[in-house]
Formats: sequence, C-alpha cells, structure tokens
Amino acid sequence: MTAVVAADGLGKQYGRRWALADCTLRIPPGRVVGLVGPNGAGKTTLLRLAVGLLRPTAGTIEVLGRAPGDDAGQLGRIGFVAQDTPLYPALPVADHLRLGGWLNPRWDDEMARRRIAQVGLDPRQRAGKLSGGQRAQLALTLAMAKRPELLILDEPVASLDPLARREFLQLLMSIVAEAELSVVLSSHLVGDLERVCDYLVVMAASRVQVAGEVDQLLAAHRRLAGPRRDPRTLPAGQEVIEESHTDVQSTLVVRCGGPVLDPAWTVEELSLEDLVLAYMSRAREQGPADGKLSVLR
Amino acid sequence: MDTRNGCPVIEFHLDARSGVSPYQQIVQQVRQALRLGLLHEGDQLPTVKEAVERLAVNPNTVLKAYKELEHAGLVAARPGIGTFVTRTLSDASLAAHGPLRQELGRWLAKARRAGLDDESIEALFRDVFRSSAAEGVA
Repeated sequence: MTAVVAADGLGKQYGRRWALADCTLRIPPGRVVGLVGPNGAGKTTLLRLAVGLLRPTAGTIEVLGRAPGDDAGQLGRIGFVAQDTPLYPALPVADHLRLGGWLNPRWDDEMARRRIAQVGLDPRQRAGKLSGGQRAQLALTLAMAKRPELLILDEPVASLDPLARREFLQLLMSIVAEAELSVVLSSHLVGDLERVCDYLVVMAASRVQVAGEVDQLLAAHRRLAGPRRDPRTLPAGQEVIEESHTDVQSTLVVRCGGPVLDPAWTVEELSLEDLVLAYMSRAREQGPADGKLSVLR
Repeated sequence: MDTRNGCPVIEFHLDARSGVSPYQQIVQQVRQALRLGLLHEGDQLPTVKEAVERLAVNPNTVLKAYKELEHAGLVAARPGIGTFVTRTLSDASLAAHGPLRQELGRWLAKARRAGLDDESIEALFRDVFRSSAAEGVA
C-alpha cells in the first residue's frame, strides 16, 4: 500500500533556524494520525509542506503518491483546515456551502447540508457570528464535503472549550466511520488525541522523535524501576528514552524489542501521555535541531 | 438501531483515568452487561457509528472490541446490519443476585457506620475475597 505521506530527509529552514529538520516518515493509509508535540515543534511546518503551502528547503515529500500542490487534481484529493479555521465572516453558513459547490468538482452537497443540520448550525447565520466550536465544525464540514482522500487538520481543537472539543471530535469520528479516508491532525495536547488516533507521530525540537501505531508503541515501551544502575549496562535491544536516578534508585523509560526479564526491575506499562512526555523531554535535553547551544530553562 | 421502548439497550462510556485501554473498557462493559442480565441473546450492540459518535473514539477501537467479543463467542456480526448478542454470561445464579445485592448493601452500610472509608472497605473486601479464594484452591 502507498503511504499517504512519505517524507525523506525533509527540512524547512527560516533564516538560520530549521523549523523542520531531517524528517523521514511513512504514514500508512486509512489511519487517524495524531501529530503531537509542544508549540514550535515543527508540526504546522510539516502540515503546510504536506498541502503544498510551503516548499521544502531540503529533502522530498509525497502526499498520496505525488508532490503536494502539483495541480488542481491533487489539491482536490486533500482537505485542509488551517489552525485558525479561516472562513468568510460576512458570509452566511449557506453561502459557504454554495461557494464550496462552485469551487469543488466532487462536492457532496447532500452530505454538507446533513452535517450542518446534525451539528445544529443555522444556514442563515453569518460565519462571523458563530462560536469557536461552530466555526470549527463548519470548517471541518467544508473540508469533508469536497470528499478528500486525506484530511489534514492543524490544531483543530486547540482554541475550543472542552464541550466544543468533544463535539468536534465526535463529528470527526462519525465522518471517519462513514468515509474511507486518512486523517492527520496535530495537537499539543496528547489527551485530545488519545481516543481518536490509531497512529502517532511525536515531534519536538524540529524533529520527528518517534512514529508508529499507538498499540505497537504502547507495547514496545516500559517503565523500569529498580536499584541504581548505569543504563549503559542494559542488554542490547533496550533503548533508554528517559532516565532519572537517586543515590539508590534508577527509573528508566525504555523502548524494548521483547519482554524485560531482569528480576531486579519493577516493570510497568506506560500511558500514551507518559510515552509522549518521555520523548519530549529527551528532545529537550538533546537540544534544538540547529545544534546551537541555547538556554532551555 | 435495536431498541427496547425506544432506547438503545446499552450505551458505552469511557473512563480516561482508569488506565484500562478504551477497547478493553468496551469489552468489559459488554461482558458486565451480559453477566448482569442487561443484554440478552439477540440484542443488538450499538453500531460502530453510534458508539463512535457517542464516545468520540476511533472506529477501529470499537471494531477491535467487537472482534474480541466475537472471538469469545459472545456476539456475532451480521454484515451491513450490526452486531448481535449470541450468548449470555448470566446463568441460573441471576435469580440470587437480588437478595445478595441487598445483603451486600446492608453490609456496606454497617461498614460505613463502623467508620470505614471507601478505600478500607475495598481493601477489606479484596482481602477476604482473596483468602477465601485461596481456601477454595487448597
């Protein structure tokens, strides 16, 4: 199967700073992919490269098997909702749908109207008068009604209150249950993504730290606690992601190929949040991608 | 949608802090409903779409749970229609549940009056449960 997003050595430089560096990634189709990382990790840069709004400084990226933004045909296969869910404030909801119908050859007007009714939007309401949650729902409906093969959402729930967040994710999941499509959405909060994503890409310090199926990631990581020990003495196949030590005790987060057999360790499973945080703190200790020393705290 | 008096038979809910994965929680809730006699043979589980809309979870999570239940022989999928209960986990003992529940309720009230908090009650119950299970084995 072709990857929906395939990046090789992808990088984007602004002045002396690499917003994204050395990104090699294969995202399999049919997944709901969570792109998670702190603000400034490079998530938006990667998404804007994927939709063709930016051109790479280094490396290549292919989306659905082709270079992004090549032509109208390619654009029609990708739905994109930018961070601030841009709409036309003076236009009513119904006019947004009409505009969508004019501009998109594969527009599904029946679906768009049904979704608008489902989430309780008034077609006569001007977009500028909608609440944040309603704006997000309208933007998602517009992106979906063009029937894309890949839906890309940049921080779709960041600005929403908890109820609007839940409602937005309910709408998104009901869309995913109906249509055969791949979704990539970014967030700086892993809690938002935990339920909806089956594939996770952790970004920090302008780099992809780890990527994979959520189930496999959880199965491959463990927290070990035991008597103080030099992590370099661990068996091959156990990679230390995070470590902390007291005089007598060591606590490690490791990526392991198989079960941890050493009886000296107390072995625990990790939550997805702990796993993400372990990679983020490792990235912070290793420093930013441009290699310059900088003050981290 | 299968309904009794216009309501779905069961609805799922997720506890984000339980540490149990969402798919396991769905499996447990179905098994629990089967054990308590809330679900009977022929009852329909929420469709994947209904469950997904309610819980805001990935459809694969629900599918995975239903597959596991199917594997355990508890439900069967009818393609294009839905997933139906084929076997129940409640048995003849169900009739005894009512009186036992009452007795347990009375015991709980007594424990609270004696000053036990929830944690102590749970610890005590688990301890007695474990030692009586051990006796059963010995």
